[in-house]
Amino acid sequence: MTIAGGRATSIPLMGRDEEPTIFELSAPGRSAARFRDQDLPEWSAHELVPADLVSEPLHLSEASERDVVGHFTRLSHRQYSVDLGAYPLGSCTMKYNPKLCDDVASLPGLANVHPAAPAHLTQGWLELLVGLGDALCEVTGMKAITLQPPAGAAGELTGLLLMRAWHEAQGRQRTKVIIPDSAHGTNPASVTLGGYDTVTVPSDERGLVDLEALKAVLDEDVAGIMLTNPNTLGLFEEEIVEIAAAVHEVGGLLYYDGANLNAILGVTRPGDMGFDIVHMNLHKTFAVPHGGGGPGAGPVAVSERLAAYLPGPVPVRTGDGTYAWSTPERSIGRVHGWHGNTLALARAWSYILLNGGDGLRRVAEGAVLNANWVREQLRGHYDIPFDRPNMHECVVSARNLKKAHGVKALDVAKRLLEEGFHSPTVYFPLIVEEALMIEPTETESPQTVAALVEALIRIAEGASEADREAPRTTPVRRVDEARAARQLIPTFDARP
Amino acid sequence: MGHYVPHTDEELATMLASMGLSSLDELFEVVPAALRLASGLDLPDGRSEFDVLDELEAVAGRNRTDLICFAGGGAYDHDIPSAVKRVAFRSEFVTAYTPYQPEVAQGVLQALFEYQTMIARLSGLEVANASLYDGATACVEAINLAVAATGRQTVWLSDGVHPTWRDTVRTFAAGTGHDIVDVPLSDGRTAWPETGEPGALLVQFPNRLGCIEDLAEARKVADRTGALLLVAFDPVASGLLRTPGSFGADVVVGEGQPFGTPLSFGGPYLGLFACRLEHVRRLPGRLVGETVDVEGRRAYVTTLRTREQDIRREKASSNVCTNQTLIAVVAAIQLSFLGTAGLRELALRCARASRYTRESLLAIDGVEPLASAPTFREFAVRLPVNGETIVDRMAEEGFLAGIPTDGGLIVAATEKRTRSEIDAYADAMRKVLQ
Ligand SMILES: Cc1ncc(COP(=O)(O)O)c(C=O)c1O
Repeated sequence: MTIAGGRATSIPLMGRDEEPTIFELSAPGRSAARFRDQDLPEWSAHELVPADLVSEPLHLSEASERDVVGHFTRLSHRQYSVDLGAYPLGSCTMKYNPKLCDDVASLPGLANVHPAAPAHLTQGWLELLVGLGDALCEVTGMKAITLQPPAGAAGELTGLLLMRAWHEAQGRQRTKVIIPDSAHGTNPASVTLGGYDTVTVPSDERGLVDLEALKAVLDEDVAGIMLTNPNTLGLFEEEIVEIAAAVHEVGGLLYYDGANLNAILGVTRPGDMGFDIVHMNLHKTFAVPHGGGGPGAGPVAVSERLAAYLPGPVPVRTGDGTYAWSTPERSIGRVHGWHGNTLALARAWSYILLNGGDGLRRVAEGAVLNANWVREQLRGHYDIPFDRPNMHECVVSARNLKKAHGVKALDVAKRLLEEGFHSPTVYFPLIVEEALMIEPTETESPQTVAALVEALIRIAEGASEADREAPRTTPVRRVDEARAARQLIPTFDARP
Repeated sequence: MGHYVPHTDEELATMLASMGLSSLDELFEVVPAALRLASGLDLPDGRSEFDVLDELEAVAGRNRTDLICFAGGGAYDHDIPSAVKRVAFRSEFVTAYTPYQPEVAQGVLQALFEYQTMIARLSGLEVANASLYDGATACVEAINLAVAATGRQTVWLSDGVHPTWRDTVRTFAAGTGHDIVDVPLSDGRTAWPETGEPGALLVQFPNRLGCIEDLAEARKVADRTGALLLVAFDPVASGLLRTPGSFGADVVVGEGQPFGTPLSFGGPYLGLFACRLEHVRRLPGRLVGETVDVEGRRAYVTTLRTREQDIRREKASSNVCTNQTLIAVVAAIQLSFLGTAGLRELALRCARASRYTRESLLAIDGVEPLASAPTFREFAVRLPVNGETIVDRMAEEGFLAGIPTDGGLIVAATEKRTRSEIDAYADAMRKVLQ
């Protein structure tokens, strides 16, 4: 086997003992906590609050600082991450994020500001938010923005509530929102919470929205359509202009799920395609790390006619060059307790400043180049249901391996872990059998992408029943998910 | 190529050639020509990280961070130990994705399992999820659960819940069609209606004025009306006060920022969510459970996944996907650091600082309590001058005085506030009021 970049097999991730929980590491009476000297009267619990409300001390863990640090450091060694190696999860855009962004998020001048402090004491923050908002409007081709939504799904629901408010203001009762059958699960879930019914349109043999099928479901009950472009197959919706015209024709609005924005930065813009509402996943495209599942940030940008409905308050630059909060005239209201995931927003702003307009385009170029190269290399080894030029990700299928060897997409995923890579997204989009959705991202070098491809080919060539045993080299082997659901143990206290 | 695209020109050319392409632009031929940006984005060119850091330091310098903080409202100024910052921001935690492949994600999964245990104990309920966005949106999810469980659309929303959280609840009710009924406070505590058929009561403990609500009474109202009792709590209060669960809460939500997360201008924070086991199939968001691997080794995995949007789609219990995992891990580390004794001590120290601040302020002419109900770490005073003006004037004296409310100011104190700071604060207030 050649030595190739980006694999994580060289690290001692693979300790095989279980790590006890912090509760099991406890020793009665031990504590790491220390407090500053407040020099205050030492009133007892009963002097401070009514006696009938006082509890016994609540039992947590009891460990020293050294033990706490040791425990969580050992846990961190049982965790794959982008900083360790390639993470080609399709739809998730697991790219390397510049370390500068971490430093920005820990600047005391940003981190130590109370969110209720009035605008004249927080001019720096407002300036930053206005700068970011303007840049994101430019990137998406939209006119106004809210930075409050804390994730993509929250952005979707915000967008649907904007849609609802807009239709109501036009005196229209609309009941349906259209999504393609390749859509992410958050789309239909958000549609329901927005008070609409989901209507699903099929994809055609190209993997694109079937324009005729779409036209067949468009009527005066349709509030709008939710699309991502490129779609979840990694394919650009080439008829987007026709789709937009058809939806607008019946008075519907177009919602852009920005999960795949990385593919088109500086190349084309949702606003130019005819979209009315756009959310961005700053935790995919703009260097907010995923944190093991969050936090993210999901700003929502809109066209002129929807600006008055945005959640408020929004930060604005006033005539005299200072910054202030302003609530849009017909605001749907807040969607977050404060101003959104602001430190994540600061990371995104620093990433945009680093890259600039020119650098952002290079991001898209690198992402699309790597993903097309992967598809070209895998041809013949995996089925490629929609074998045409893709954007930032490609979806291949393990159905050939399943048929020949009984090896499923899940087995391929587990084998890849043994090869020292995180696996691609599997079984999504739902319309592809045994789907492996691969998004190498622009930050992986050609050497790393080649090593990933070699590993995938090696897996396909060596496919056998034994793959169901994989992974064999990880901290734990395949876990019993059925048992987890059947005998639910959601806390340490629920253990038998 | 750009800063973080590693390909050399030669590599680019080779890769393109291997696909029969001669330029990067050709990669985008699937995009209709009319849609392609002719002259790129109208943004400045990229800069070095050193220039960017200089600029952002200057921007950050235009925020006032020298003010001694007496503001709360769900965001509290706590000390954060170095150990917590250092360990929580290890890149294995920071740069991992959602634990879709549990075999290589035991670190995050186990940390979340421990976090869920801690939040369940703090709330006094059996099960807690792996986090939601923040306190406000956790309230929305609690309401959605209660409406689904009871089949009733009406929600009694206490006026003691933070105003921005109430606004958030109302925003999302426009989509779900829930009927949100505001319930006023009387002398600092919720005065529940005599009659009605709500599906849920939502009350905050302690409430936005700092007053400790009568949860035993709220439970009685819930029993009488057949509603679920939803409690938005301050998790630090559980270091001193009985848990909401011990009063019979069905769902407990809250803001987890106090456990290791800086004020951050409001985010990312941490939505806490716990419920009774009987509601677990309606739980929003991710849940980690313990299980074993094929060799019988203890292992953790996300479970009861059929509730979630990627499987259940339009029938999911919630649309949440990305949550606040890293902040939950931070909270687990901070709570491990505090431990049993530390949590009690933290709560006591907050309560002592708050009492000392309250007594110091009430000794000033013209300052009156806004309510007589007992408080924990936050309290409200009536002032002869409006709250916004006081905040502005007190900033000149070096303090973030609190959060203005109708007729006064809401003041919070934490373990970080010392006698000399509080004395100086009271002196400044005396001066400002004169
Ligand atoms: C296509 C698509 N849409 C929407 C989402 C939802 O975004 P979030 O997880 O930030 O809520 C995701 C990612 O998870 C996605 O991949």
